[in-house]
Amino acid sequence: MFTPMLSIWLNVVVQGVLTGLLYGLMALGLSAIFGVVRLVNFAHGEFAVVAMYAAFVLFRAFGLDPLIAMVPIAAVFFVVGFALQRMLINSFVGRPDHEQFILLVGLAIVLVNAVLIVFGPDAQPANLPYAFDSYEVGPLIIDKVRVFAAVAALAVCAVLFGFFRFTSTGTAIRACADNLIGAAVVGLDVRRLYAVTFGIGLACVGAAGSLMVTIADAVPSLGPAYTLLAFTIVIIGGLGSMAGALVAGLLIGVSEALAGFLIAPSMKSMFSFALLVAVLVLRPQGLLGKKPA
Amino acid sequence: MISLWGDMNRRGQVVVALALLLLLVAPLGATRYVLSVLTLILYFVYVGQAWNLMMGYAGQLSLGHALYVGLGGYVSAALWVHFGIGPWLGVFPAVAVAAAFGAAIGWLGFRFGIEGVYFALLTIAFAEFTRIGFDHIGFVGGAGGLFIPYEEQRLGQWWNLRGSQLFFYYLAFALAAAAVLLTALLARSRLGYQWIAIREDETAARALGIDVFRAKLKAVLISSSMTAIGGVFYAFYYNSLFPAQLFDMGRSIELILGPIVGGTGTVFGPVVGAFILTPLGEILISVTEHLGINAPGAKAVFFGLTLMTIIYLVPTGVWPWLSRKLGLARRRP
Amino acid sequence: MRSDNHFRPSRRHVLGGAAAAGAMLAAPAVVRAQAKALKVAVVLPRSGLFAAAGQSCYRGAVVTPKVLADLGYSVELVHVDFESNVDVARTQTERAIAEGAQCVVGAFESGATLAMAQVCEQRQVPLIINIASVPQLTEQGYKYLVRNFLTNAQLVGNGLRLVKDLMAATSVPFKNAVFVHANDTFGTAQRAAMDRLFPAAEMPFPLLESIAYDPKAQDLAVEVTKIRALAPELVLVTTRSSDAIKLVRDMVRQRFEPKAIISPGSPGLYDEEFYQALGPLADFHLYNLPWANAKSPVTQALAAAYKTAHPTNRFEVDCFNAGFTFEAIMVGADAFKRAGTADGPTLMAAVKTTNIAEHVLTGGPIKFDEKGQNNNIQAAVVQNRNRTPTVVLPPDVAVAAPVLPMPPWQGRS
Repeated sequence: MFTPMLSIWLNVVVQGVLTGLLYGLMALGLSAIFGVVRLVNFAHGEFAVVAMYAAFVLFRAFGLDPLIAMVPIAAVFFVVGFALQRMLINSFVGRPDHEQFILLVGLAIVLVNAVLIVFGPDAQPANLPYAFDSYEVGPLIIDKVRVFAAVAALAVCAVLFGFFRFTSTGTAIRACADNLIGAAVVGLDVRRLYAVTFGIGLACVGAAGSLMVTIADAVPSLGPAYTLLAFTIVIIGGLGSMAGALVAGLLIGVSEALAGFLIAPSMKSMFSFALLVAVLVLRPQGLLGKKPA
Repeated sequence: MISLWGDMNRRGQVVVALALLLLLVAPLGATRYVLSVLTLILYFVYVGQAWNLMMGYAGQLSLGHALYVGLGGYVSAALWVHFGIGPWLGVFPAVAVAAAFGAAIGWLGFRFGIEGVYFALLTIAFAEFTRIGFDHIGFVGGAGGLFIPYEEQRLGQWWNLRGSQLFFYYLAFALAAAAVLLTALLARSRLGYQWIAIREDETAARALGIDVFRAKLKAVLISSSMTAIGGVFYAFYYNSLFPAQLFDMGRSIELILGPIVGGTGTVFGPVVGAFILTPLGEILISVTEHLGINAPGAKAVFFGLTLMTIIYLVPTGVWPWLSRKLGLARRRP
Repeated sequence: MRSDNHFRPSRRHVLGGAAAAGAMLAAPAVVRAQAKALKVAVVLPRSGLFAAAGQSCYRGAVVTPKVLADLGYSVELVHVDFESNVDVARTQTERAIAEGAQCVVGAFESGATLAMAQVCEQRQVPLIINIASVPQLTEQGYKYLVRNFLTNAQLVGNGLRLVKDLMAATSVPFKNAVFVHANDTFGTAQRAAMDRLFPAAEMPFPLLESIAYDPKAQDLAVEVTKIRALAPELVLVTTRSSDAIKLVRDMVRQRFEPKAIISPGSPGLYDEEFYQALGPLADFHLYNLPWANAKSPVTQALAAAYKTAHPTNRFEVDCFNAGFTFEAIMVGADAFKRAGTADGPTLMAAVKTTNIAEHVLTGGPIKFDEKGQNNNIQAAVVQNRNRTPTVVLPPDVAVAAPVLPMPPWQGRS
């Protein structure tokens, strides 16, 4: 039998795992863009927030469950990402980090405040019919939405994994990431691949944002926190490693949950940053990253 | 210093002299509102310049400079509030603490070869870590904030940084001017050339026999110390400190917008950047108001769009472009 | 929103006055036109982090001139958004005063309020605080500042006293309690007050633990798990806004049902977003705060004007933010009427001698002590009923009887 203390522990860990999977998905998009295009997408979190609002609107207007809405949202975000890369960002590829940074910070400011103007400052809840349901498994109480979101996140990851492994475009993108000059030499259209990658990156954020709205309310000011979270996860997991992003997401999710439970909830994100510093120092390529070339 | 002056062409000298003169006499003609905006601009010139030394010259991207502002502010304010130690004395421990943090970050980063965006993330991590830490330090009020008493009887005690808007204006002016001068001097020093060599190609710099680690660490130390002094100014100008307000990532970003827009790695870039962005914000507030746009956030949307436009048109910053156009600089500093 | 006929100090005026720069700064109250209406700058965070509260206050401010006009006061408002940024608060207050504002009202957030206080002090323009609870505001020696709001100590003190009243009125005892608070400026100040006042209040139950959480947290699942492990009968909360939703939502999901959730004076449990997000689960939560006194004619007038101006918002929900903002402007208008001038020192002297019996929120007449603090504000116990804040105690202002313990989550419709 489970002692009460043990069951609480289990609950905390399970919560951390479920949240962590979603974190991982959020970071995957960034990992793709960062790893392949070498672009620091500082508007990443803001895109996630926009996706949350999109999912919210679709649910409120058409009753579309965010778990389904994430497909059209991801598709739209792909197109937006593709176009954005082609029209705006491409001329910044290869430019110094701080110049990219300003461009994307500018974009982030525009996105956040546009959302504020359109939707107002109040938190917007999706209010799913099953938002308050939970499963009781033995001593565990698991939120239904969190389980759904985590499963969906895994599914998206699987699709993405398949794409990079088994399609020619996916393989080409990986080639770009591994060896840019080599890729150009063998005749790959790097510009197009970059645009596709950026599109995929945003599609991931779109999906993650849609799922996020099932567990959190949409608020305009969430962006920077998500950006920071995604960067932390990508670096801990290892640049360009999809599995790494997932593992790091889980690690952050669980360690924050445990730190919150054991020490003080208000200090829990300190541990993510401590983890980040430790990884940067001890294993700069990330937990599952390859040695930098 | 004379050689610095001689480095500029005649037109450049005239412009700089005129700008200095204008700023010196500005209080004569400016309303208090304009004066308060100018004070803010000069503050951003100062901290922007400090950041510029580290990023623009030594090529180390820090996105966590709010850390040093916060540390400088908190140390000096705590010494004043708890022990009555005035800011002119308190600035030394403030600088020391910030420099110690800078040294720790620099040591970790450079010893373990953390570069570029990774280094930037390291700086953010430290700033956020410290922010949450300060939220829990009861001695300085935690998240509830630390307050410097207003104390009317102390008004005019410039030696305790208790003064009017005019006093703070000239203080900011002196800081900004000193920072520009220091940057100009450093840029032409041996250390400055080492930094530029490192920024352009670290491996080559090492091959030239430059002690890369030392040079980079010096950049962080100088930059963090300078920024901490900015923090002391901030603390005594606003009289209240909150971790969420001082260490926030938004503050770090705000601080570096100016130098990037103005042009990193130039002496006058941070100056130009601050003189563009801060007034831009104020002007946009007026403009949206006069257009009758009553939508909070509209100003920020325009601000973001302007930022994107500037960096798209002149990615290396406004100043290099401007000085070329106006024929101000014979050679790039 | 800016009217066209407002007074601008002409450049000639200012330059002339500034022939000696020192003189100008020493006598900052530059010649001001004698207008018929008091020009009030209402400085609020309508964008940025505090946008939700700022806009709620703003909704109250925009209807104020009309309501005050019916009461015989005349004010003209200048609305300033300080973007939840201290720098902007400071420079925009300077600007508003430079453009003729004779009185400043704001600013919901303590840091910005202090930055504005310095400007107002140097310009000798009264600053009337609508909302900001940090005790230090009235302890710093500012002469041109008054606060028609409670300090954290007053909020918590009132809050705990009313918990006792509530227990007496419903004869429902609590065995123990846990205090949960956001670890931000407001939450920390509440915590400090709680640490000091709880032992002194001789509450009939022990406080098991105080738990601080990061207001930026994505969810409060772990926090709730922690509370659940302590199994308190009463949960005292100090939330900010959307975190209150997360807290209750995670309690429901984890099937944790205390006898009551009471806020001893904080926002969160009565925001429109709280009702929208939680539906029936938003009901029966309690908060001990000053509330709109439905029996006051001023409240009724404000409510009527509010309903016309904001058909999509509810006054019952906004009345706290809107009411305090209205009252702050009213204090300025009333002082102006009595002083007959907008000259800074005279107007401020009049502000200090304010004595307004009929106003919006619960409590005695609006009066300020020598530090500029109004100590007459009385909190009421308010309970969410049918997604509407309903005053349940004290009996003289109550419109319904309190329900305790709160019904279980399951089966609410």
